[in-house]
Amino acid sequence: MPLLAVRDAGRRVSDRWLWRRLSFEVREGERVGVSGPSGSGKSLLLRAIIGLDDLDEGEVIVAGKPLREWHLPDLRSRVRYIPQTPAFADGTVREALAAPLGYATAVPPPAGWLAERLERLGRGADFLGARTETLSGGERQIAALLRAMQTGPQLLLLDEATASLDPDATDAAESLLADWLAEDASRAVVWTSHSRDQRSRVTDREVEIGPAAETASA
Amino acid sequence: MGAIEIGYGQLALGALLLAINIGLSIALRLGLARDLVIGAARMTVQLLLIGLVLEWVFATENPAIIVCIAVLMAALAGRAGVKRTARRYPGIWWNALVVILGASFLVTGVSVLGVIRVDPWFDPQYLIPLHGMLLGNALNGISLGLDRFMEGCAKDRALIETRLALGATRWEAARPVATEALRTGMIPVVNSMMIMGLVSLPGMMTGQILAGADPAQAVRYQVLIMFMIASCVALATGGVVALAYRALFSPRHQLRSEKLRGA
Repeated sequence: MPLLAVRDAGRRVSDRWLWRRLSFEVREGERVGVSGPSGSGKSLLLRAIIGLDDLDEGEVIVAGKPLREWHLPDLRSRVRYIPQTPAFADGTVREALAAPLGYATAVPPPAGWLAERLERLGRGADFLGARTETLSGGERQIAALLRAMQTGPQLLLLDEATASLDPDATDAAESLLADWLAEDASRAVVWTSHSRDQRSRVTDREVEIGPAAETASA
Repeated sequence: MGAIEIGYGQLALGALLLAINIGLSIALRLGLARDLVIGAARMTVQLLLIGLVLEWVFATENPAIIVCIAVLMAALAGRAGVKRTARRYPGIWWNALVVILGASFLVTGVSVLGVIRVDPWFDPQYLIPLHGMLLGNALNGISLGLDRFMEGCAKDRALIETRLALGATRWEAARPVATEALRTGMIPVVNSMMIMGLVSLPGMMTGQILAGADPAQAVRYQVLIMFMIASCVALATGGVVALAYRALFSPRHQLRSEKLRGA
C-alpha cells in the first residue's frame, strides 16, 4: 500500500486548470521530486495533499484512507508540509520550536534530538535564543525544517525547502534529510525544487505537473 | 424637583455655541464648516424625532410594540457594527444581528426582571434607555472584535496555516487571533470603567442628577448599568468572534481566507 496516492487530481484557479488528471504514488522509502515551471501549482499540490486547500477534482489517499476520512490534524502530523516561506510568531527560535509541541496531536522528540541536529547543521545554542524576526531567510528555513521534523512525521513535503540557503547550509540540510530517511525505512520525502541539480541529488524520480499532465494522460 | 424646562428658543440660543467651531473652521480653513452644520442639523432632527417616538412609546402600554422597538434598535446596532469593519465574509450581517439580539436581550432581561425588578417588566421608561445603552456599547465591541479577527486572519494567514500544517486543530490555530480580537473588543469598556468618576462623569448619571434624582441613587444606577454594559459587550464580542471563527475556519481544519472580501 502506498504511503500517498494522488488520483486524477485537478486544480483550477479561476477558469484555468493548473493541472488535471494528475496521478502518482509515493511509497515508503521513496524520494520523489515534483517539477514544473513557476506558477504551475506545485505549492498548491503540496497544500492539497495535507488538505489546506481542496482539490477541484480527484482525490488524495494517505495510508490507504482518503483525505475526507482523516481527522486532518492527525494526517498533518504524519504528512508534514514545509512551505517555501515559513512563518513564525514573534519570539525566539526556541519558542517557535516548542509551540507545536503543545498541540493535541504532537509527539515530543526524544531527549537530545534537537541538540544533535543543531550541531550537525553547525548552529550553536545561540540560534535557539535568536528572535525569529531577526533570522535570515536561510536560518528561517532551517528553523522551519527542525520544527517540522521534531515531532516525527513519516512523509515530508518540502516546498523549495533550501531555496534561501547558501551552498554549505544546503549540503547540511540535504544530509540532515538523508539521515532522517535512513533512520527509518518507512519514511519518504517529496521535494519541489527549481534546481535540476538538487532534484537529481535528492530524488529518485520525478512527477511533472502543469498543463502537460493533462495531455500526457488524456 | 425637576430640571428647568428648555424651550426651542433656548435651544436656538445654545446653537450659537457652534459658531465657535464654524468660525475656527473658516479661519483655519479646516473645511469642516459644511460637515459641522450638516452634523449638527442631523443630530438635532434625529433627536427631536426620537423624542417624539419616545413620547409615543412611553404612552403605549403594549409590550409587543415595545419589544418590536427593542428588536429594531438591536438590528440597527448590529448593522452599524458591521458597517465599520474593513472586511466582510458571507453571513457576517446575520452573525452580528443574532449575536447583538441575543446578548442585549439576555442582559436587559436579567437586569430588568432579576435586578431592578421593574413592574410591569416592559415599562419603556426602563427598558428602552437601558437597552439603548447596552446596544451602543455592544456595537463597538462587535465592530472592534470582528475587525480585529478578520484582519488577523488575513494578515497572519501564513502563520495560521503553518500552525495547521504542524498538526494544530482549527481552534489551536485560531486561538491567538481570537483571543486578541476578544481583548480588543473589551478594551473600551474596561477603560471607561477604570476612569469613570475620576475623568468622566457618565452621561446617564449626569442626566439623572439634572432631572433631580438623588445623586447616590444616580450613582447606583450608573454602577449597575456599567456591569450590564461590561457583560453585554463580553457576550456580544465573544459571540461574534466565535461565529466569525466558525465561518472562516472549516470543520476540516482549513482557513477559508478566500471568504474575506474588502468592504
